[in-house]
Amino acid sequence: MRFIPHTAADIAQMLAALDVERLDDLVAHVPAALRAQAAIRLDRGLGEREVSAAMRALAQRNAPATELISFLGGGCYRHYIPAAVRAITARAEFATSYTPYQPEASQGTTQAIFEFQTLITQLTGLEVANASMYDGASAAAEAVLMARRILPKRHRVVVSRALWPDYRATIATYLSAQQDLEIVELPLDLATGSTSCEALGKLADQHLLCAVVGYPNAFGVIESLGHMTQVAHEAGALLIAVTAEPLAFGLLKSPGELGADIAVGEGQSFGIAPQFGGPGVGFMAARMAHVRSMPGRLVGETRDRQGRRAFCLTLAAREQHIRRERATSNICTNHSLNALAATVYLALMGRSGLRRMAARNVDLAHQAAAKLAAVGISPRFSGAFFNEFVARVPDPHRALERAIARGVLAGLTLERDYPELADGLLIAVTEVNEPQSLDLLAEALRA
Amino acid sequence: MGSMDMLSDRVPLIFEESRPGRTGAEVDQGEPSETRALELLGAELCRDTIAGFPELSEPQVLRHYLRLSRLNYAQALNFYPLGSCTMKYNPVVNDEIANLPGFAELHPAVPPAMAQGALELMARLEGALAEITGMDAVSLHPAAGAQGELTGLLIVRAWDRRRGGKRRKVIIPDTAHGTNPASCTLAGFEVVVARTGAHGYLEAAEIRRLLDDQTAALMVTNPNTLGIFEAEISAIAEALHQAGALLYLDGANLNALLGVAKPGAMGADIVHVNLHKTFSTPHGGGGPGAGPVAVTRELERFLPLPRLVRRADGLWDFDRERPDSIGRLRAYHGNFGMLVRAYAYILALGGEGLEQIGRLAILNANYVRHGLEKNFPVAKRAPSTHECVLTHDLEERAGVSTLDLAKRLLDYGFHPPTIYFPLVVPGALMIEPTETEARETLDVFIAAMNQIYREALEQPEMVKQAPHTTPVARVDEVTAARRPILRWTPSPDSTTKE
Repeated sequence: MRFIPHTAADIAQMLAALDVERLDDLVAHVPAALRAQAAIRLDRGLGEREVSAAMRALAQRNAPATELISFLGGGCYRHYIPAAVRAITARAEFATSYTPYQPEASQGTTQAIFEFQTLITQLTGLEVANASMYDGASAAAEAVLMARRILPKRHRVVVSRALWPDYRATIATYLSAQQDLEIVELPLDLATGSTSCEALGKLADQHLLCAVVGYPNAFGVIESLGHMTQVAHEAGALLIAVTAEPLAFGLLKSPGELGADIAVGEGQSFGIAPQFGGPGVGFMAARMAHVRSMPGRLVGETRDRQGRRAFCLTLAAREQHIRRERATSNICTNHSLNALAATVYLALMGRSGLRRMAARNVDLAHQAAAKLAAVGISPRFSGAFFNEFVARVPDPHRALERAIARGVLAGLTLERDYPELADGLLIAVTEVNEPQSLDLLAEALRA
Repeated sequence: MGSMDMLSDRVPLIFEESRPGRTGAEVDQGEPSETRALELLGAELCRDTIAGFPELSEPQVLRHYLRLSRLNYAQALNFYPLGSCTMKYNPVVNDEIANLPGFAELHPAVPPAMAQGALELMARLEGALAEITGMDAVSLHPAAGAQGELTGLLIVRAWDRRRGGKRRKVIIPDTAHGTNPASCTLAGFEVVVARTGAHGYLEAAEIRRLLDDQTAALMVTNPNTLGIFEAEISAIAEALHQAGALLYLDGANLNALLGVAKPGAMGADIVHVNLHKTFSTPHGGGGPGAGPVAVTRELERFLPLPRLVRRADGLWDFDRERPDSIGRLRAYHGNFGMLVRAYAYILALGGEGLEQIGRLAILNANYVRHGLEKNFPVAKRAPSTHECVLTHDLEERAGVSTLDLAKRLLDYGFHPPTIYFPLVVPGALMIEPTETEARETLDVFIAAMNQIYREALEQPEMVKQAPHTTPVARVDEVTAARRPILRWTPSPDSTTKE
């Protein structure tokens, strides 16, 4: 076996050192009844070429989907990944290291996380960010639990209907075992595609714990976050802003600037391939006053014995390995290598590049909307959007099939999660969509 | 790790290397979009550029992170004996495979007919994990081991509520990983702590003593974190089932069980598996991993959404209509990129290769234990499996702590073992060599540990000042926590304080 260094002589000598005859003697203390049933009935092992060929054959069966012109979004976005990102994340020094418990041997990882935390605070306009979460959906659920630790006497969680269905479902699962928390859905304004602020106003009382709102939301619409924050704050509640397309932070006002208390989301857009939905990287930012209620790892700056700057994991007293059943969360491993990918991506894009990339996305998405309007397909909502929008397409299922036949994955139908939007098609446009592909999209969807 | 003399070990923060006007990425050429975007959205929705955001050229960014990479210790560089972390070799071909466009660029919402390769891979991996664990059904949904724990415990809860129960307690041994009790709280259970017996494993009598009509489950790692096989596990499973409770087996130490004993045969009802341990997906400096959950036929209906199913027409698809399911714990279908790597690993090893791993991991751990035993006696005199937990008398004899020993080990070029865990062993050193380390590597490690033992007696101050050769000297973690500086800021003193 090519991953195993043991020769027969090694094994013999090691067994001799242990004064044992056979390998089986080392497990003789395991009950015989269990050992008798331990055989693993799988095919024999394969050489590297064979493994590679078998896996390529599987990948090939998905290839048609990856070769079509795609306008799929809905929480996972296709962006160009600069080669430098993978050149760094492929480094074994990063990829094969463990959680940096020994800072003296982990300054690469700890400093990169410190930079990630800083970048996330800059993007979100908040004061503190953690080392990453699993994904946007679980980060949103953890944010609600964090809000509960900040305001333990309040029990009503209001969640926008324009939050991604997977995110709402995840919040419901995470809260399912919390005794007295109640989830109320905030309805949609079907004209604008944003969350009804009026409905939030009616629920804003002393029981309101937090409002959870997408920014931009599941339809790409830019919510009036400032207004919603104001309503939540007047009732003494918190506002959690959730973002699945954080490229928007390159251009839109930050959640922090608009008053949000916690900003969470999915960072997959920053240099991480779609990978059929995972792994991405969740992020979470908040105000410094709430840092001790935060879940997850945090890296802090400190000094070594010679007074040199160094970085290490810190405020661990919140965490499961110290506090056990009283921890702020059970999260242990985060998505560190993907946080590194996001860090490298953002460092490359930089101050002007990120803004230009965000603008490019806005521009292309609006060009697409205009081209669709020219063939009679109008936008479903009036609200301002970033790089994703809902088009009104009669019988979108058939339209999608027609488009696939023309080589275009035109978008996502919404009917399963939003019966009221049965004529909606969610279309995401990013910089990977060449301007001429927008004509193909319009052509493919034309009735 | 370690540096060439011509380069300083110090790397400024990326923000400090920034100069106005630089960029590392050219957005597509063509018409400038910025003015138009501002017109389209309206200025009131938009921010200015972000003050303090990095401004560097592409080669500067590359150099910055490559230099940072050199400050890291890594499994690919040398032995990484962290106990309970299973730092085995991560086959490099698996990264190449995961980056194939058919996998990496596949959007999760493509029509299922266009993702049959990915779904077939997931179905085969589910089948392989069911065979390896001896369980009936597998969900690949959870993003990490801890999320797998939460999934398993929510299944316990759903199963109990479905039968009309209101049980509120889960028993956890005193050797458990911290995630176990934290996951219990998140799943709405109270933790009852079971004491490990004198021989280093749980005794069925202790479980019988704690069991009552409020007990929903026992959550136990086997082998436990002392590296000792839970010898009475079958009797414990029987007692639990008789009392109407479930056995949750934490698969963190599954590497030791390969070819030795299957959780299903032990009577487990729920098992979670860490693909980043036993199945060799890279640890990544703290993730991403994946934490699939395997259950008995009876519990399958409670597994998370969506469920992978084969349709009547033979195509794989996701079923989202499962009224008894606990629901979802994340977006989409799992950490697919890690599932690809784990499946490639299982294909490479095959059934016999996997069976061989368990015994060789156990051989390596016992060899290290034997080589160190004179100076570092085992915490419990029971046979070790894939890891051993050692103690020492240097605190009393020389005022040298386990932390000091760990830091000194860095000077010998080795990452330290897991320390001060399990909590039941004061000053513990928990060593897991894994099967991929060669005998001569273990010999050098053993020699280093024994040398450090002597140094601690002869030059305790030198050991207490360690490490001496790492990019930074011992880091002041106390001040980091007392006065947290958690981000860089562009203010003159360049730090933010609480």
